[in-house]
Amino acid sequence: MADHPNTSLPEDRGYLSEHGFRSWALTMDHKRIGVMYIWTTLGFFVVAGILALLLRLKLLVPGPALFSDHTYNVLFTMHGAMMIFLFIIPAIPSALGNFFIPLLIGCRDVAFPRLNLFSYWIFVAGIAVTVGTLAAPMDTGWTFYTPYSAQTSAAVTALSFGLFLIGMSSILTGLNFIVTIHTMRAPGMGWYRMPLFIWAMYATSVIQVLSTPVIGITFLLLAAERVFGIGFFDPAKGGDPLLFQHFFWFYSHPVVYVMILPAMGIVSEVVPVFARKPIFGYKAIAYSALAIALIGFLVWGHHMFVSGMSTVAGVIFSFLTFFVAVPTGMKIFNWIATLYKGSITFESPMLYALSFIFLFIIGGLTGLFLGALATDVHVHDTYFLVAHFHYTMMGGTVMGLFAGLHYWFPKMTGRMFNETWAKSAWWLVVSGFNVTFFPMFILGMQGMPRRYAEYPAKYQALNVVATVGSWFLALGVIIMFANFIKSLRNGPLAPDNPWRGLTLEWQTTSPPPEENFHEIPTVTDWPYGYGSRNEAPRE
Amino acid sequence: MAAYKIYFVVWGALLVLTAVTVAVSYLNLGLWNATVALAIASLKAGLVALYFMHLRHEIKLVLGFAIFPFLILGLILVGTLVDAIYRF
Repeated sequence: MADHPNTSLPEDRGYLSEHGFRSWALTMDHKRIGVMYIWTTLGFFVVAGILALLLRLKLLVPGPALFSDHTYNVLFTMHGAMMIFLFIIPAIPSALGNFFIPLLIGCRDVAFPRLNLFSYWIFVAGIAVTVGTLAAPMDTGWTFYTPYSAQTSAAVTALSFGLFLIGMSSILTGLNFIVTIHTMRAPGMGWYRMPLFIWAMYATSVIQVLSTPVIGITFLLLAAERVFGIGFFDPAKGGDPLLFQHFFWFYSHPVVYVMILPAMGIVSEVVPVFARKPIFGYKAIAYSALAIALIGFLVWGHHMFVSGMSTVAGVIFSFLTFFVAVPTGMKIFNWIATLYKGSITFESPMLYALSFIFLFIIGGLTGLFLGALATDVHVHDTYFLVAHFHYTMMGGTVMGLFAGLHYWFPKMTGRMFNETWAKSAWWLVVSGFNVTFFPMFILGMQGMPRRYAEYPAKYQALNVVATVGSWFLALGVIIMFANFIKSLRNGPLAPDNPWRGLTLEWQTTSPPPEENFHEIPTVTDWPYGYGSRNEAPRE
Repeated sequence: MAAYKIYFVVWGALLVLTAVTVAVSYLNLGLWNATVALAIASLKAGLVALYFMHLRHEIKLVLGFAIFPFLILGLILVGTLVDAIYRF
């Protein structure tokens, strides 16, 4: 970059040229729809994050403080439901996926642009209904387990309708991506020349299309039970409360792979670029994404070991759960093998990608503790579980998302962010994250139950550590977002290919023109030929 | 008209099968009541998918996409039954 970076507004702002509400609200450009998803999902990340900070603040002391126990229940329900349904499920697939799938496969838009816009607005409609239920806020936890959810006076029916709409959006987006990846690839791009992010998004879309209808039907059954008194889940009417849990986790377990697979896809893109080495084990990474998607459908019962499910089923589900670790481990070994003897540079996208690998190993392996039937009986519903899924979801998915946001920020906005600030934010985010969540492993092993508003005084010390950690984490996120927003206005103009990437999105301008490419590229090789002798030198 | 003939034949078959469903409901087959009703319904759904929704003339990939969800349905049935049957 030049000594005096040019920050003035360029003449050609690509897809961002048009202004005004209508140009965004009625757009069928996948990039603009992706940007709208980014703003929406990150908005809810901030809201749900603030709720988490409030919860941590209350847990600073063992006894009653700040707000009532009911409010505590409402807050952790809203934190969970918003983070899951409004942020982490759509955050990478709908936002970055929408923006980058067509760019990475070299086409002008997704297969069904109008359906894409519809998916976004039905998502917004679902959000409106969901937020409307705050009038009679839920305190069921984000899992809505019956019989409580069938009996409480909170707005369960309305909320399930809202989530039904959001699920519809998820299905249509997945469908759109599957068709796009099958039919719209640039000339010459066979399946084994696709970037690994595309393989990951393909596996993700398959899960979205196949599993989301199950939760939709479950919500309808729950609504039918509440409104018409039909006994699907109420044992007094011949129903089975565990049936709800089976249905719920038949969706909600595969959907954790909707959250993590795209993040793994981003890591598979970022690691070879910053290690300047061809990705190791391309086919293994590609097929392990599909394997995770398929095996993910076989393991839902591991959420129900202590809920009264039959022991036989418990043994089977515990056994099957261990299989998911195999393709996940394959990916991790392949990334590490890619790093081996690479010319690694530590720009912010790479820092987040490496944090993903490190933190996800912890998150993934503690998942095996929980998948083991006997250990789970001990640590189920303790803070051990809370630590485990925050290590996978925040340490995994969110780090992958942050890696992707930094990696693709120049392409999306046409401007560079401040690398020094980005690195400071990274230090705070990663250290704050570990200080917040690592103590929870210990607290859980010691037996501190999750979801309780109060706890015995002997657990206080580690809770104080966790709460203080959450402040550093929050500060890091604030700095990162401030850096982004400041760079949006007056960051230096980004070159077309700041990281010397070989995937197709770097061959077009930053930001890309309205239909992505002035001329559709022809693909002659896989996109990971890094480290060749005639590679352009670093700027 | 001739091109539409197959649709009329299928339509006729659907009507006949509906009549069969109604007729069978008058017989008491015990546990087989639901089985027979579901079998006829599946046959009808299959006819609709194959002919009215053109699945019969699609490429294998599309056919695969249509069949695959049944495996998923099978999974949820097996998984829940493993719990329900062995529960004490």
